[in-house]
Amino acid sequence: MVYAAVAAGSFRRYATYRIATVAGVFTNTVFGFIVAYTYIALWDERPHLGGYDQAQALTFVWIAQALLATAALMGGGGLDDLQERIRTGDIAVDLYRPADLQLWWLAADLGRAGLQLLGRGVAPMAVGALAFPLALPGDALTWGCFLLSVLFGVLVSFALRYLVALASFWLLDGSGLALISGLACMFFTGMVLPLRVFPGGLGEVVQLLPWAAILQVPADVLMGVRSGDGLVRGLVFQAGWAGALLALGRLVQSAATRKVVVHGG
Amino acid sequence: MWVRSTLAYRTSFVMMAVGNFAANGLDFVAIMLMFSQIEALGGFTLPEVAFLYGTSGVALGLADLLLGSIEGLGRRIRDGTLDTLLLRPVPVFAQIAADRFALRRVGRITQALLVLGWALPRIEVDWTVGRVLMVPLMAVCGTAIFAAVFTAGAAFQFWAQDAAEVQNSFTYGGNALLQYPPTVFAKELVRGVTYLVPLAFVNWLPALRLLGHPDPLGLPGWVDFLGPVVAALMCTGAGLAWRLGLRGYRSTGS
Repeated sequence: MVYAAVAAGSFRRYATYRIATVAGVFTNTVFGFIVAYTYIALWDERPHLGGYDQAQALTFVWIAQALLATAALMGGGGLDDLQERIRTGDIAVDLYRPADLQLWWLAADLGRAGLQLLGRGVAPMAVGALAFPLALPGDALTWGCFLLSVLFGVLVSFALRYLVALASFWLLDGSGLALISGLACMFFTGMVLPLRVFPGGLGEVVQLLPWAAILQVPADVLMGVRSGDGLVRGLVFQAGWAGALLALGRLVQSAATRKVVVHGG
Repeated sequence: MWVRSTLAYRTSFVMMAVGNFAANGLDFVAIMLMFSQIEALGGFTLPEVAFLYGTSGVALGLADLLLGSIEGLGRRIRDGTLDTLLLRPVPVFAQIAADRFALRRVGRITQALLVLGWALPRIEVDWTVGRVLMVPLMAVCGTAIFAAVFTAGAAFQFWAQDAAEVQNSFTYGGNALLQYPPTVFAKELVRGVTYLVPLAFVNWLPALRLLGHPDPLGLPGWVDFLGPVVAALMCTGAGLAWRLGLRGYRSTGS
């Protein structure tokens, strides 16, 4: 199928940037160490903050670094290409193709995410596990659920970034919006501080927003904070947001493509 | 020209500037969220951490405003556009630094200055003329140190073209490190940023002196004042590395 080929092509494309991947692993590891030490200081002051013990807090740090590129937690992740195609007008060519725009870019994003998980996810996590006592599960089932949860997280992340990219149809230059959405992603996924640590009502609200599906839920699944009923609820929460946002993306897409006027033809 | 071209997409420019302002602010929001749960982090109060945050942010912000575009060197080598710059009768270094000069980066400096302004009256320091002068001196030396790191990182890209991200771990990563007190980190890490990549001179060492905190490495007191010397040495070294890289550059094709 064409979409499988797109995904495989995207996987290979990111696999060619070997030095960039190594550089990325290095950066993720450096940031992982910095954040890990600040969390140790924080959890020394307040043990069991947010319901995590220190090992779980440290595990969160390294899961976040491992998923940073995979789930494009800072935004971007290849969809800036789509944004650029909309700005320059190359999108008109894409719309003539006998493939669905959203599925095409979704397939490309899944290929990218797969490579990033292997390339930039495993290594920082391994370094983190060697340098700090982490709370990682020993059973394959939990790891399997974690991978499923990561997949749902990537879907939600893609759906959000796709909406941002489509906004270029109206804004023309969408880089400002992309930056702001990347920031929202950093903040509301729990990248800057786990959502469970946010104080009071804010903490409850942020855990209901779609961004929570991208990092917080997968992290809780891997650490066993979510198991049994909680695990099922977490996965349903993720799938719900993914479905809703992808559907919204479809709606916006059809509105946007009706708007396109191709000059000269 | 780059200033005018970014202003052409006005909505986007405003969002970019706001975004840049917020990008840096996000770290500070995280720090404030942390302090909503605790009184002190590594023995430092919120105003003291804010002081570290502000001084490091101003230094990185200024260096980024002046030289931030230089990390695009790897891309220019890859697509061959660096050769165009070599033909012009202006130093390549100046051309690259001015390339895509981004006014929106002012957002970062503004934000860091605001935090610094908030912190200054709240930290407990017995202000003398010397101590007051130390703050702008820190900003100048810090900017020079970060600028040297930017340049050295760019020079490294003459050999490893795709490695722009390694540079980020020293500049933005260094900034993230310097926002927190040195007592938070393991001794080896503190030693690394004192002796290997001497980022500690940007704000840690002078700030420890100013705030009256003991130095976790137990260095002699005069070391705290070595900032200008370290900055000068680093700039010289980075300049040499840049020259070496540019001399060795053989373009694509062969």
